[in-house]
Amino acid sequence: MAMVEVRDVRKKYEGGFEALKGVSLQIEEGEILALLGPNGAGKTTLISAICGITQPSEGTIRVGGHDVVTDYRAARSLVGLVPQEINLEPFQKVADAVRFSRGLFGKPRNDALVEEVLRKLSLWDKRDSRVVELSGGMKRRVLIAKALSHEPRVLFLDEPTAGVDVELRRDMWETVAELKADGVTIILTTHYIEEAEAIADRIGVINKGEILLVEDKQSLMTRMGQKELRIELAEPLDAIPEPLRSFELARVDEGRSLVYSYNTTSERSGIARLMGQLTDAGIAVRDVATSQNSLEDIFVGLVSAQQTATPDAPDGACKTAGAK
Amino acid sequence: MNWSAVWSIYRFEMDRFFRTFAQSFISPVISTSLYFVVFGAAIGSRIDQVDGVSYGAFIVPGLIMLTVMTQSISNASFGIYFPKFIGTIYELLSAPVNFLEIVMGYVGAAATKSLFIGLVILATSTFFVDITIQHPLAMIAFMVLTCLSFALMGFIIGIWAGNFEQLQLVPLLVVTPLVFLGGSFYSISMLPPFWQTVTLFNPVVYLISGFRWSFFGLADVPIALSLAAIAGFTLLCLGIIWWIFRTGWRIRQ
Repeated sequence: MAMVEVRDVRKKYEGGFEALKGVSLQIEEGEILALLGPNGAGKTTLISAICGITQPSEGTIRVGGHDVVTDYRAARSLVGLVPQEINLEPFQKVADAVRFSRGLFGKPRNDALVEEVLRKLSLWDKRDSRVVELSGGMKRRVLIAKALSHEPRVLFLDEPTAGVDVELRRDMWETVAELKADGVTIILTTHYIEEAEAIADRIGVINKGEILLVEDKQSLMTRMGQKELRIELAEPLDAIPEPLRSFELARVDEGRSLVYSYNTTSERSGIARLMGQLTDAGIAVRDVATSQNSLEDIFVGLVSAQQTATPDAPDGACKTAGAK
Repeated sequence: MNWSAVWSIYRFEMDRFFRTFAQSFISPVISTSLYFVVFGAAIGSRIDQVDGVSYGAFIVPGLIMLTVMTQSISNASFGIYFPKFIGTIYELLSAPVNFLEIVMGYVGAAATKSLFIGLVILATSTFFVDITIQHPLAMIAFMVLTCLSFALMGFIIGIWAGNFEQLQLVPLLVVTPLVFLGGSFYSISMLPPFWQTVTLFNPVVYLISGFRWSFFGLADVPIALSLAAIAGFTLLCLGIIWWIFRTGWRIRQ
């Protein structure tokens, strides 16, 4: 049984805007799913629908087998949510804020657990500080502590590392890894591909309210591993010389540069061999630069590929794409 | 029932009250004293007695009601509006709680605060006038019911309000005039017959009349009608709140 099961969920707002267009998704117990997508793709709406903050217009959502509408108590008690915005009561003390969350979820007071959570998130020293006195990164940790205070089996992290420093990001990844080790199912939305790369088992891409794909991280990484080496030449070339034809080279900038595409995940990039061949062919190189496909490039590629494959696809045509 | 959630919300709201305890305590004491100075001394010297009760004492129930009603509304409306405003309402909406538990937490705390303030005003008034309470249990019951029903109304206003201006709008433009025109500082029998009839359409009249009866045994309207009015008002507010949570109006987009 999937830990989270989203089936044909649509969310239409009063103005007619459809934020979710028949999304289906299954998330297995203990896995980490990273949901990628640009702003306004529907990531937060999907999370809100699962957590009970937004009511879906159509479709069903189950968490741990419990329907989030008809059996909301059982479903919600399994879920912890770390929202994107830093939504905290400014004058509350850190420890009180965490205790409040635990109480709200119907759990008896447990100071030892609260201490454990606060220590894990390096907040123990700040337990008696008011939220308003904390830095942005600390506030984000408080949000996580609140979500963990009631021992959720499913944790939603909505852009958890947006605007936080590298150190905190690493800390959060470690925390996520520990939670996964405890069997917690984690769904995070992110803009950062390296974040998905670092911690996710599967990656889902969502755009304009549709899930475009849900794929195992490794296979997606291979596709994302494309890099380009741009070689600026001392003299322009009219054509690619014969010995270099075996490489995937493109002549750009009126022959003043060559672009070599290669895959970072393959054992050999072929760069050394290419450079050797260039020297052998007597081609002088002025400069070299590498660039990697950005998430944006990959994302645009996925979206256009999707549209080419199904040019007249009705809304929700990709709804089964996410099913595992 | 998720009693733990009710208690958590209640405690959270009460903590805020205690954080500003001096303000919560001193403000009603000062305003009550001012009312006694203005109404009791200035106007009271011209109105000797109302239905056999000294004017100073006569206004005490109305004064308590005025503060209790406005405080209940503002406490409860602010209590639920603030999480909406700063975004912390996400936690309430994603927690395993139903509307009744949320209402019990917020409204219970708002009612407790205004009940406390009502009692402070009562205590303050004893420094200015001699007060006898003929039906103390009924007095407490009326005060508790008023606190609860107006806190329920405040809760609805807090959910409805889209900004701080709207939050103030209903208490300022509707409730305060109704309370002032509802016999807080006079007996309805002092009005010309036409205005007496008009006043009977003001629901606050029934609450103040019942409350005043518990002090002096005097009522502008039958006590049973007062009780029915407050019970009906409470049920109406509960019904609206139930509908709000069922439909997600203004809280679940």
